[in-house]
Amino acid sequence: MNPEGYLVLSAILFAIGVAGFLLRRNAIIAFMSIELMLNATNLAFVAFANYHGNLDGLIAAFFVMVVAAAEVVVGLAIIVAVYRARRSASVDDANLMKF
Amino acid sequence: MPLIPLVTASEVAFWVCAPIAVVCALGLLLSRKPVHSAIWMAGVMVSLAVLYAANDAPFLFVIQIIVYTGAILMLFLFVVMLVGVDSTDSVVETIRGHRVSAILVAIGLGGLLILGVGQFAVNGAPAGLTEANAEHGGNIPSLAALLFSRYVFIFEATAALLITAAVGAMILAHGEQLTKKATQIESLQERVRAYAEDGVHPGPLPSSGVFARHNAISTPALLPDGTIAEKSVSKTLAMRGVIVDVNELRAPTTSAYAAIAGKTDEIEGDDE
Repeated sequence: MNPEGYLVLSAILFAIGVAGFLLRRNAIIAFMSIELMLNATNLAFVAFANYHGNLDGLIAAFFVMVVAAAEVVVGLAIIVAVYRARRSASVDDANLMKF
Repeated sequence: MPLIPLVTASEVAFWVCAPIAVVCALGLLLSRKPVHSAIWMAGVMVSLAVLYAANDAPFLFVIQIIVYTGAILMLFLFVVMLVGVDSTDSVVETIRGHRVSAILVAIGLGGLLILGVGQFAVNGAPAGLTEANAEHGGNIPSLAALLFSRYVFIFEATAALLITAAVGAMILAHGEQLTKKATQIESLQERVRAYAEDGVHPGPLPSSGVFARHNAISTPALLPDGTIAEKSVSKTLAMRGVIVDVNELRAPTTSAYAAIAGKTDEIEGDDE
């Protein structure tokens, strides 16, 4: 089928991810929203790969997954470290560098 | 002749999975607890995996389920458990107009992206990955041929990235000792001091009870007068209420003694 449907779905998921990142103040949920955005772009990559008939899009999606895995590991470690120091996972409470 | 013309399996997969993905994403956005958000996220990832499979990408389908749903989401759940399952978001706005403007930005961005897709509409049927997949005899060999030729340097760079991420996570998540660790001598002195001042027993705690049918750590030891030695069972187990009832433990012995006594009486009675 046409990639347009996939691209629209990808855009919707990306917008929901943006909304989640901007609205939610729990650091873990904000992080999940970032993952949602990465997944949305992956879907667009795969749809375009299928449309153009070459595998470079799949390779791009594969590398996005690798980077996402590394990012999640470090990001969650930071969340745990901040939680240890401040007993809170809210992004509002980590305001030491606020001007 | 098919009843519904021009409906392929991949279209069916799309129209089934796309609404599920959107509903799950909205659930992720709207649920208050992080655990519920994680479960919604799993729904999004699995439906996206099905869409990858519908797009002739079996390798990414498997990777999506193993890496995203299996590994990354489990990591999220671990951290949710660590950081507190019942920590809900506060609904108080810290910045005035933050929520409205955030929703406007998200809707605007989504609308812009969808309009952009409509503007530069891609024409014609998709080429499909069948040919590209068949080039080296399958999806995975073809991906590998590409990965280890054109993208080999990026692939090697990801090795450095993953090692850095692993080391960074270990350093960040490693807890620092806040108080000095007591040495053996210090703990011994503390124990003797507690005995001198408060009369706390300095020796080891009594072990749990050993009965004919039970010797688990939840069975209390009995004192000579038949009462329970409180210190012989862990406080945690006592709080959970899983301590075995002493009378239940004693019951087989008591009944055995009663039976023996009865038999003895019988035998002695025979003698007389």
